[in-house]
Amino acid sequence: MFADWPLLSLVVWLPIIGGIAVLMSGDRGDSEGSRRLALIVALATFVLSLGLYTNFDSSTAAMQFVERHAWIDAFDIYYHLGVDGLSMPLIILTTFTTILVILAGWQVIQKRASQYLAAFLIMEGLMNGVFAALDSMFFYVFWEAMLIPMFIIIGVWGGPRRVYATIKFFIYTFFGSVFMLVAMIYMYYQSGSFAILDMHNLPLSMLEQSLIFFAFLAAFAVKVPMWPVHTWLPDAHVEAPTGGSVILAAIMLKIGGYGFLRFSLPITPDASLAYDWLMIALSLIAVVYIGFVALVQTDMKKLVAYSSIAHMGFVTLGLFIIFRIWGNADGIDSNGASLAVEGAMVQMVSHGFISGALFLMIGVLYDRMHSRNIADYGGVVNSMPVFAAFAVFFAMANAGLPGTSGFVGEFMVILAAFKANFWIAFLAATTLILGAAYTLWMVKRVFYGEIKNDKVKALQDINPRERLIMWVLAVAVLALGLYPAPLVDVMHVSVDNLLQHVAQSKLP
Amino acid sequence: MTLEMLNLSVAIPELFLLALACGVLVVDVYLRDARRNVSYVLSQLGLLLILVLILVNPAADTQLAFNGLFVSDPLSTVLKAVVVILVMLVFVYSRRYLQQRDIFKGEFYVLGLFALLGMMVMISANHFLSIYLGLELLSLCLYAMVAFDRDNPNAAEAAMKYFVLGAIASGMLLYGMSMVYGMTGSLVIDEVASAIEQLPENNIVLVFGLVFMVIGLAFKLGAVPFHMWVPDVYHGSPTTVTSFIASAPKVAAFAMIIRLLAEGMGSLHADWQGMLVILAVLSMVLGNVIAIAQTNLKRMLAYSTISHVGFIMLGLLAGPEEGYAAAMFYTIVYALMSLGGFGVIILLTRKGVEADELNDFKGLNQRSPWFAFIMLILIFSMAGVPPTVGFWAKLAVLKAVVNIDMLWLALVAVFFSIIGVYYYLRIIKLMYFDEAEDNSAIECRADMQIALSANGLSVLMLGLFPAALMSICVAAFA
Repeated sequence: MFADWPLLSLVVWLPIIGGIAVLMSGDRGDSEGSRRLALIVALATFVLSLGLYTNFDSSTAAMQFVERHAWIDAFDIYYHLGVDGLSMPLIILTTFTTILVILAGWQVIQKRASQYLAAFLIMEGLMNGVFAALDSMFFYVFWEAMLIPMFIIIGVWGGPRRVYATIKFFIYTFFGSVFMLVAMIYMYYQSGSFAILDMHNLPLSMLEQSLIFFAFLAAFAVKVPMWPVHTWLPDAHVEAPTGGSVILAAIMLKIGGYGFLRFSLPITPDASLAYDWLMIALSLIAVVYIGFVALVQTDMKKLVAYSSIAHMGFVTLGLFIIFRIWGNADGIDSNGASLAVEGAMVQMVSHGFISGALFLMIGVLYDRMHSRNIADYGGVVNSMPVFAAFAVFFAMANAGLPGTSGFVGEFMVILAAFKANFWIAFLAATTLILGAAYTLWMVKRVFYGEIKNDKVKALQDINPRERLIMWVLAVAVLALGLYPAPLVDVMHVSVDNLLQHVAQSKLP
Repeated sequence: MTLEMLNLSVAIPELFLLALACGVLVVDVYLRDARRNVSYVLSQLGLLLILVLILVNPAADTQLAFNGLFVSDPLSTVLKAVVVILVMLVFVYSRRYLQQRDIFKGEFYVLGLFALLGMMVMISANHFLSIYLGLELLSLCLYAMVAFDRDNPNAAEAAMKYFVLGAIASGMLLYGMSMVYGMTGSLVIDEVASAIEQLPENNIVLVFGLVFMVIGLAFKLGAVPFHMWVPDVYHGSPTTVTSFIASAPKVAAFAMIIRLLAEGMGSLHADWQGMLVILAVLSMVLGNVIAIAQTNLKRMLAYSTISHVGFIMLGLLAGPEEGYAAAMFYTIVYALMSLGGFGVIILLTRKGVEADELNDFKGLNQRSPWFAFIMLILIFSMAGVPPTVGFWAKLAVLKAVVNIDMLWLALVAVFFSIIGVYYYLRIIKLMYFDEAEDNSAIECRADMQIALSANGLSVLMLGLFPAALMSICVAAFA
């Protein structure tokens, strides 16, 4: 299906144009029309993005669905789209998550609903563009433009400290990305092209590589986010409306991980090798230290936000541990390394589902109680039994229970880490304890125990719309947990190709 | 001297403009106050005709007129078309504003047209004298326009300040020119250029003259440390006049710098490059940092202008071709954004309400989602966030700077644009996140709404399709 369509252009532009249409539909009446239109656009985009999967040729690492047109001649910038096994799953994750976000805001968002929906649709298109762009300037345009709708979403529909949180979010990310811009311009003059794939083949001296590596690190570490530049995330998550938190956790953080895969590793392999100790250390700090920080949170959203940082630590760990694995195995042990990178990819997709589900759950509670404070709850299971069942399931997934998607990625990364160094693997594995501790403890305090509060007693269980969202996510988490092959298969060749690239020194 | 030597056909738009300005001056005398619109319509129609004249007969190569005082080349065609469009937009924006303050007088248009004539002469100048003539014509008109609301003490103060500092700047420029004349024996720009090449290097008098000229230019453009007049004049002037000062004259000043420094003293590039580096860095630092502390939007945009001037200087110092084209692109884009920004302020003004405090923008999204969106585009463009054209302008300049191996300068520039983002975001915050304090409806005529929407959307459209404008800028220096 859709094999001859310009699918990538469609998944980028359909939501943007649809978003503008939703914006034009205005906020008269109850906005029911705007909601329906937004949902239709999101569903259509999702269906189109599935075309990317069904028509995907997983036996090649080459870019597929490529579209390339001259855009700005004077700058050598091309309208250049294409996906491989690394970016395609993330696009589907984006289109999938957007549907849930639009459903989640169906009744809650009454204030300027069409602007809200339009912001999410436009952001969906821009995020798809980030994953699909093959020209670095084109990539950068999407990367930065994405900040605008998010800035508005947090600032307009957010909580009491939304202004502080959203400006912090914007400036942190902007700060990271401008240095990446300079690095890209510099590489343009070295390679004569803004195409990302040309940059992959560009020989660079160690000094150049190091500077470029840190410029990219500034951009991607803020996005992921890695300790110590993570502080914007808890603020942004806590203040953002539910939909904003979901998109932030499920997709925006992945863009940082994707950036490492697409830019840092293949463009600066020697610098990545030289500084892998730094990346591993920062990842382990994220896993262990941030895990402890999550344990002491009293605000549910903050807790999940910190848990996101900890889980994303696995992604960066998986990406940068490959050098140690190669160091231990004589020559190139592609199995161990590809296990690590694939683990990181699976972790990204899985975390997209799980963190999305957790934030949606908190949203469900917040809509009813207008509190995110763990202490305000207790015994919710008595009034919301169905919801509690889902909550326990997603909490288990977050803790990495085998059979759920949370287990697969973490297990792959830990397994790969054992090939690198026992102690790294040991520290990484503490997440299985810490993750279980902070998530399950939260569930215990919120859902079980005595009913402390009359409001809790009066809670209504989830309605069919919320139930649908939960079911969809639960099925996704289970499916990926029990049978991750469809995901791993499409990325396998691309990952191997990437690793071959990274294994070659680019020193002139 | 015969008429053929004057080669008048090259300067047809200027001649028309002169006739138009004189015509409006005469017609206006015979109009009753109630019929003042005639002067406005006449000016706009005349400008439209001039724009057509410029566009139907674009200069394909360099043609001289008035015995070499005047030059017409691709660069001048583009810049003239831009300034004419900008002035037309200013006139559209200003009508209601002037009417509400009882200063809807024909003189505004006459002064505006003569200022435009001055700008066009500057753009087409091929001689130190014609540059000076154009500059003074422009400046004198602007001094009078700043004081146009004569009962307003702030405006009178601003005009005084502008006049005194502007006169000093003109003096500096003239002094520098006289030194260059002393060394080269000519005032014609290309003759000066070839004379300088003959001179031995490190000629002290020449460099001295150059310094004075750069100071004069920096004054006119508002680069730090010669920026003191900018915030006061922007703040004190009637907002329509601010929008005038902040847009078209910057384009003319850019042309003046190209004529004087790039074409006249191109072989001293290394000398003036160093000076521009200092001016650029100081402008970016001071403009962006001090803007944070402002509570008045006009003052904030004044400091933002200063930081933009820093970026334009970056492009200029990264010359020749790529850098000049980047600076030209930046200047045109800046003029559009800045005009749009002041246009939104004018939109919000009413009789007795200047709407230039930041707090006047609170909750604009509730009062008018559309114009809040226009302002959003303009602000993000000023901040240099894609997909607006402000990003491409910054990219063009940064690219040119990296190309001359001044990576550190590019890093300084991006670092201070991060700081700049903060105060731009504050405006968005006020418009979108805060509740409106003043819920009165925004009333304005359809012509202004259309013009302002077009102005704002052009920033977005040029951001999505910057190729055409960029090619024009590149072609102007090819």
